[in-house]
Amino acid sequence: MTITQSPIEGAGVEGIKEVSRRFPEDAHGHLEDLRDDPIDLLHRVRDECGDIGRFRLADRDVVLVTGAEANEAFFRAPDSILDQAAAYPFMTPIFGKGVVFDTTPEQRSEGLKNQALKGEMMRGHAATIENEINQMVAQWGESGEIDLLAFFAELTIYTTSACLIGMPFRSELDGRFAEYYHELERGTDALAYVDPYMKGVESFEIRDAARLKLVDLVQAIIDKRHARGKVPREERDLLDVLISLKAPDGSDHFTTDQITGMFISMMFAGHHTSSGTAAWTLIELLRNPDAMATIVAELDELYADGSEVSFQALRSIPNLEATLKETLRLHPPLILLLRVAQEDFEIGGHLLPAGTMVGASPRVSNRIAEDFPDPDAFDPGRYLDPNQADLQNRWTWIPFGAGKHRCVGNAFAMMQLKAIFSVILRDYTFEMTQPSESYCDDTSKMVIQLASPAKVRYRKRVR
Amino acid sequence: MKVVADLELCQGHQMCQFEAPTVFGLNDAEDKVVVLDEEPSEDLRDEVTAAIKYCPAMALSLVDA
Repeated sequence: MTITQSPIEGAGVEGIKEVSRRFPEDAHGHLEDLRDDPIDLLHRVRDECGDIGRFRLADRDVVLVTGAEANEAFFRAPDSILDQAAAYPFMTPIFGKGVVFDTTPEQRSEGLKNQALKGEMMRGHAATIENEINQMVAQWGESGEIDLLAFFAELTIYTTSACLIGMPFRSELDGRFAEYYHELERGTDALAYVDPYMKGVESFEIRDAARLKLVDLVQAIIDKRHARGKVPREERDLLDVLISLKAPDGSDHFTTDQITGMFISMMFAGHHTSSGTAAWTLIELLRNPDAMATIVAELDELYADGSEVSFQALRSIPNLEATLKETLRLHPPLILLLRVAQEDFEIGGHLLPAGTMVGASPRVSNRIAEDFPDPDAFDPGRYLDPNQADLQNRWTWIPFGAGKHRCVGNAFAMMQLKAIFSVILRDYTFEMTQPSESYCDDTSKMVIQLASPAKVRYRKRVR
Repeated sequence: MKVVADLELCQGHQMCQFEAPTVFGLNDAEDKVVVLDEEPSEDLRDEVTAAIKYCPAMALSLVDA
């Protein structure tokens, strides 16, 4: 690449302002900043440096872009230039070696073509999800208390495993799978940017023990399958297919460790994301009683004729959709999306050398005041026709990311959330059992989860 | 109204075909959307608007003349 009297301000990243440090003694740059309060760090980058700023993570520069123009350049860049695989070292011990973080866009679209998340599959998924929610609330009784993190984390383990792996596998799972899966998600400390296998880190030890326990659970299911023998094709799930594959020498093509790793990775993108969004939607509705009343009325009218949740969840539910979108804007499950430049990459007048990490922040871009007036306010009206704040701001309304890697599961996620709220708001009312401001995220790990406790009380509706 | 599809963004979900089957089709080989009717008539506005709104890839937009 040649540089002629261009607007490029400086070769390398030196021309990009570095954000201030709250931990000046940290040998790993802004690592402690990121571990202590990532939201503050990311907002500070935009506040101090503008659309393109920089922080240091271990021995690398991370160039953080925000705003429509820089975001579009980031999200449109092909994988050959901005690659995801190397950007998330904390995922490697979770998936296991040899299980890829993400496939190329070509493989993704090939996969989409063949199954799982395609529009025509949604009908079956909707029925599966309705059934799973009904089973969870069947144990509720007249009134009681639930912890939002535990409840939605368990529910979404059942829905994602049922829809992506298959009902036979799902029916072998109980609360233990959700518990160990949660321990994996807790093992995403940013210390992984120094060494994902660093000794003496408790969350890493718990992570590795949890993965072994998941492998044991999957092994027990595989043993039952072998004992049971072959079943007709239409009763098989993905696990049956994987254990039937043989290497040329007749041995199993995949080990249980590899199969477990594949299942963990397939479920990862759809688990903590949907679980957290369901929890935050309920919290926002409890904080905003007018929005709650609007949605309960909308759902009551929609289901007055006795129609099925699996039918309506695939159709338009405008006020509920607007509330889900506003919840996602304020509480995006992923606050920082990262790539590694595979070759020199120009963005916003700066030439970033190969090897530079580049990031976009849904948390920061979703709250840019020019695009979302009064950005911290919860206002589902932003999405109602004709406002459509999401479509009007395609490169800054980015809870699902944007561009080539925009979350392929977003239609599935929206359908799932519509189904969940259709069931629970039709049959129950909810109230907070702790101060409103005490519901918050635990941001100490790269996978953000609701902080405990986050309890609410439910009561069966009287009709 | 004029309908525009960004083929770089299309992921082949085919939601648009359910919403507005006379306006959107599929290029099977590429697994990408094909705009069958680039300037649909006004009476298709609701269908087209729904297709744009529910496109999982945000690949569609409307240019009003």
